[in-house]
Amino acid sequence: MKISTIKELLQAEVVCCEEGLQHHVYSACGSDMMSDVLAYVKDQAVLLTGLVNPQVIRTAEMMDMVCVVFVRSKKPSEEMIKLAEASGMTLLTTDKRMYDACGILYANGLIGKKVRHV
Amino acid sequence: MSEKLNFHFDVDGTDFTSAGQASVQVKKNLRRLGIAPETIRRVSIAMYEGEINMVIHAGGGEADVNVSEDEIEIILTDHGPGIADVEQAMQEGFSTATDSIRSLGFGAGMGLPNMKRYTDDMKIETVVGSGTTITMRISLM
Ligand SMILES: Nc1ncnc2c1ncn2[C@@H]1O[C@H](COP(=O)(O)OP(=O)(O)O)[C@@H](O)[C@H]1O
Ligand SMILES: [Mg+2]
Repeated sequence: MKISTIKELLQAEVVCCEEGLQHHVYSACGSDMMSDVLAYVKDQAVLLTGLVNPQVIRTAEMMDMVCVVFVRSKKPSEEMIKLAEASGMTLLTTDKRMYDACGILYANGLIGKKVRHV
Repeated sequence: MSEKLNFHFDVDGTDFTSAGQASVQVKKNLRRLGIAPETIRRVSIAMYEGEINMVIHAGGGEADVNVSEDEIEIILTDHGPGIADVEQAMQEGFSTATDSIRSLGFGAGMGLPNMKRYTDDMKIETVVGSGTTITMRISLM
């Protein structure tokens, strides 16, 4: 699924790195616990989260993710936007709740993929 | 690349928002060296977990990353409270993190087990009341 499709499906706003909308991604995950993302996630390219602090961007960067979607209309700070821009990570924000946002993407074919321990 | 490359960082223990800066920089440096992406990811996650631990549990410290031809070595040193029971700390889900840390998205008790899982070798030297040094190695062979 293209990130531009995620944007449309979630009626999301682009916060930064609009050029990333052309990227294709194959799986996503949703979590407010960065610890869990670091422990269980594997190869998911998109993170949906309701958490807003710079560690969200760094966690996504450590996991080689290309897009973070903030749910419940959460807005990333200037510092977060700078971090995301420095690594070319697209940030989106949607007014959908976590459960709905994940459900919409899943129903449209963006799977969670296997979660595995290394 | 015959000589060792060393990267050194001071990890500020007073500012949670800046935690992870060293790991981000190491990731960039390793990318420039052309190291395999999967290896870089393992190094990044292990170091990031360790860096976060230094900030949330030990008031900051120092990070050294040594890259040689056959391995990457990460040494994290702090002068925090030390770890009284390492075996317990290594268990998945064990955490002494406060609710305020948890509300920031950390403190699931997965950091140390994760660091062990993502590296080929991990050694914890710790003295209660004086600090902790964690040495992790990832083979490049
Ligand atoms: N550098 C450190 N100094 C002191 N205690 C530590 C350090 N790193 C880890 N610990 C202790 O080990 C526990 C488990 O660490 P970890 O697995 O990373 O989980 P978490 O950070 O989520 O609590 C921590 O809750 C803390 O009590
Ligand atoms: Mg930890």
